[in-house]
Amino acid sequence: MNKNLSKYFPLFVLPTLAAFAAAFIVPFAMGLYLSFCKFTTVGNAEFTGFANYARIFSNSDFTNALWFTVKFTAVSIITVNIFAFCLALLLTKGIKGTNVFRTIFFMPNLIGGIVLGYIWNLIINGVLAGFGVDITYKAEYGFWGLVILTNWQMIGYMMVIYIAGLQNIPKELIQAAYIDGATGRQALFKITIPMVMPSVTICTFLTLTNAFKLFDQNLALTAGAPARQTSMLALDIYNTFYGRVGWQGVGQAKAVIFFLIVALIAFIQLRLTGQREERA
Amino acid sequence: MDIAITNGGSPKKETKNKGGKPFKNAWAVLLLIILAALFIFPILVVFLNSFKTKFSIMGRPFELPTAETFAGLDNYITGIKSADIPAAFGRSLFITAGSVAALVLFTSMTAWYIVRSNSPLCKGIYSLFTFSMIVPFQMVMYTMTYVVTKIGLNNPIGIIFVYLGFGAGLSVFMLAGFVKSVPYELEEAAQIDGCNPVQTFFGIVMPILRPTAVTVAILNAMWIWNDYLLPYLILGTGNKTLPVAIQIAMQGAYGSVNWGGFMAMLVLAILPIIIFYLIGQKYIIEGVIAGAVKG
Repeated sequence: MNKNLSKYFPLFVLPTLAAFAAAFIVPFAMGLYLSFCKFTTVGNAEFTGFANYARIFSNSDFTNALWFTVKFTAVSIITVNIFAFCLALLLTKGIKGTNVFRTIFFMPNLIGGIVLGYIWNLIINGVLAGFGVDITYKAEYGFWGLVILTNWQMIGYMMVIYIAGLQNIPKELIQAAYIDGATGRQALFKITIPMVMPSVTICTFLTLTNAFKLFDQNLALTAGAPARQTSMLALDIYNTFYGRVGWQGVGQAKAVIFFLIVALIAFIQLRLTGQREERA
Repeated sequence: MDIAITNGGSPKKETKNKGGKPFKNAWAVLLLIILAALFIFPILVVFLNSFKTKFSIMGRPFELPTAETFAGLDNYITGIKSADIPAAFGRSLFITAGSVAALVLFTSMTAWYIVRSNSPLCKGIYSLFTFSMIVPFQMVMYTMTYVVTKIGLNNPIGIIFVYLGFGAGLSVFMLAGFVKSVPYELEEAAQIDGCNPVQTFFGIVMPILRPTAVTVAILNAMWIWNDYLLPYLILGTGNKTLPVAIQIAMQGAYGSVNWGGFMAMLVLAILPIIIFYLIGQKYIIEGVIAGAVKG
């Protein structure tokens, strides 16, 4: 079969591979190289070693964005997962209309980031108008605006994963606990929560990567205002690339660091959840 | 009676076992209704404001339309024209449909070939596909825009090819995972009957792949329909997709945003998704979650 198959390589693999090379492989390799160059267009790149990486820290934009992103991600992980887990508990109690609620809670997840950002821009500014200010008045407003938006977007999603996890717990376990005289709270903390730990891990990492890479929502909700104080990493990289001539190399160097952080998170996740998906 | 229903039993039966706690459940239902209202509220506000005149939106979005502020369908008729929304809507639809079709067809073929061939070359290609899944877009956005423009793909048809390349990682990964579970004997039988790989793939394999192909299609459709930065960088403002048109309408017109038209745009961006969602809800939730858990 293998010999016979190989002459079909151009038909089966080449279209995808050609597109993949143009959209990913070549740009990735170029990006890596350009992070060590000074350039304003790809054509005039000049090798400068680690100069771009050093220049990242010549102002505090990147470290501010990193700190903002880390704070935002940490708060989002906690809030999204607590709300999602509680909703999942409520929706596995066998209440009537469970499916309708599930449909409603999941829906925001399907709406695109730009649209989400402007929906919440309207709502939050509507509320703040009562106090005579808007979301760009203070960085805290933008921060909590993003947290609320992210919760609205991701809770339903994580909830569905938790529901699946909860439904996998054998009912005998809980019933046995009740027969042995456990209270509801004991059953929850001693049985239910330990049994859904795999779902907790999945949801934590999903929230982590999604929150960490947030771009569209950030752009539409605050665009970094006031004074770049609410810029997350992805937006800061974008602004470095396209906002300042001569800083493209620095933008690319920031992108490489961003990539390394995201790859590290993915690597840790893979180690924690087991390598069962990695077998080729 | 209680143990018998463990796996297949619907959640409904479980509460009955515990011996009615109607009082507790009533509070839970009330809580859920309040939360559901909170979840729908933002969408409802946008929807209501899309029927208000443009000066009665900013700063007071929570007021219901009154006789004075009611704009009828005006925002939908005149408000969206200025921003080329009908064209952007059609373009988004075309790009999404074209890219999803290309992705499903080509990545299925690739995934099957990679698994069945199992040569070192294919294993290497597969590793690259999986690697691409963890690379954030910002890493390649600048150079990809350059490469794609250089080879003339910066148009609504060319971008389909770009989406094929950029979506290939996750799609091949998911489809290959499924192909591995398909028994090889079926294909062997087809071969003995004289089928060549093309006939075997389209006659035997593709129908079996359908459930995963649907998942892949849904995941990619949601991503491409909502995608902003990639089409903005590649197509620019000359060939706006819907998210790009929305962003431009907002950022391009400092101080003079037509809020009425803008609300109508948001509704037009949300509406197809909600309709799509209500029709294929089960597949969509399963599909989106499958993509998440694996990716």
